[in-house]
Amino acid sequence: MTPFGYSRAQDVADAVRRGGEAGTMYLGGGTNLVDLMRETIERPTMLVDVTGLSRDITETPDGGLRIGAAARNTALAEDRRVRTRYPVLTRAIVAGASAQIRNMATVGGNLLQRTRCGYFYDDDGSRCNKRAPGQGCDAIEGFNRNHAILGASSACVAVHPSDMCVALAALDAVVHLESSAGPRVLRFTDFHRLPGDHPQIETMLQPGELITAIELPPLPFARRSTYRKVRDRSSYAFALVSVAAAIEIENGRVGAVRIALGGVAHKPWRASKAEAALRGQPANAASFAAAAEAELADARPLKDNGFKIALAKRAIVAVLETLA
Amino acid sequence: MAITINGDAVSVPDDPRVSLLDLLREDLRLTGTKKGCNQGACGACTVLVDGERILSCLALAVQYDGRAITTIEGLGAAGALHPLQQAFIEHDGFQCGYCTPGQICSAVAMVAEARRGVPSHVTGDLDAGAITLTHDELRERMSGNLCRCGAHNGIMAAIAETFAEAAE
Repeated sequence: MTPFGYSRAQDVADAVRRGGEAGTMYLGGGTNLVDLMRETIERPTMLVDVTGLSRDITETPDGGLRIGAAARNTALAEDRRVRTRYPVLTRAIVAGASAQIRNMATVGGNLLQRTRCGYFYDDDGSRCNKRAPGQGCDAIEGFNRNHAILGASSACVAVHPSDMCVALAALDAVVHLESSAGPRVLRFTDFHRLPGDHPQIETMLQPGELITAIELPPLPFARRSTYRKVRDRSSYAFALVSVAAAIEIENGRVGAVRIALGGVAHKPWRASKAEAALRGQPANAASFAAAAEAELADARPLKDNGFKIALAKRAIVAVLETLA
Repeated sequence: MAITINGDAVSVPDDPRVSLLDLLREDLRLTGTKKGCNQGACGACTVLVDGERILSCLALAVQYDGRAITTIEGLGAAGALHPLQQAFIEHDGFQCGYCTPGQICSAVAMVAEARRGVPSHVTGDLDAGAITLTHDELRERMSGNLCRCGAHNGIMAAIAETFAEAAE
């Protein structure tokens, strides 16, 4: 690691005052950032520890939940309100990492995980437009079994690694931010970016901006929701493909529906085309398959990951059949 | 500025780069906690912080000022083994032993998580309350601790026997 300073934020105002300085990064549980610093992929000169800021999970006036960004992943997964009202979120969290890592990792930090693309980590031997913008991407012609099939660019084919974020994308969550310019909110689905020409810029965060909370809207039909993750081993592995879904069925037809995919794109992928194809349709296997086809119609396989297209379609159908 | 480690107050390192793992092993010579991958993939460095299991390799020691750490040395000692240590011996829960301290620290906290109802990936009913540690639950909840020798069957047997009241 390159040398750095360390301080603890006393409150949000204190954090954003310090966080605006050049070379400064916010530190949550450290499960990703400390590793990246050890690999010298991240080289902050100052860390502002924000784990002492709000970790409260509270009811909002409209019947949703507000989650302080310093809440640990385990605390969110085990919260009884989350387990019963947003089971997809609990299921997604406990599908990720290991119990030790979930005990450390914060909710805010989970959003800012960087890709696990092997070429991104290979500082010595590979080209990567995230590590060194403009350098090129060795994944596009390389070993890309784990890489993106949707929304990729000629600059980057990496995928976002989070499970929790796939559930948040499906749940219409909102991200609360704070900077020296004041607070603002972003829809969760607008928080992460597709790679385009600048894959090193992964979110809409401004320099020094801090995630203070995630808000879940009241979504009564999300009581019927779940998360399915397909991976190379049955535990403690990143997703090849994952599906978060919530569905409302009235008189045998699909009412409201929310679907998001993980492991397929540079950001948690809200499956809007599948949702549009499903609304008002009979809640049966034929409708689910047609919706999956609609979502994956734009998929573009790389050399090694064509299997993800069929896998994603089948996973969508399987999850919807589970919920129906 | 102090971290409590197995009951003793220890100064926080001046250099914030020092991991909790290196503080334990290099500065305090508490070498029971092992450095396997040093990147959060193997679980050999698992310790308890206020009773919760974490990976000490990904923990900057400076973040743990004011917290209470328990390592394998704090759970048991020669002549006064923790019941789970004794069970590991009886069930051949190890060969080389490198993952063992992490396995044991992890299992102690794992049982506490199950008792308070923390769900896992294989939990059926998310609203059921306390968790019964079936074989599938044990394997899933211990998946963050790898054993390259392949002693997992002995490890599972040792944990199931020691915490029989929580296991099936």
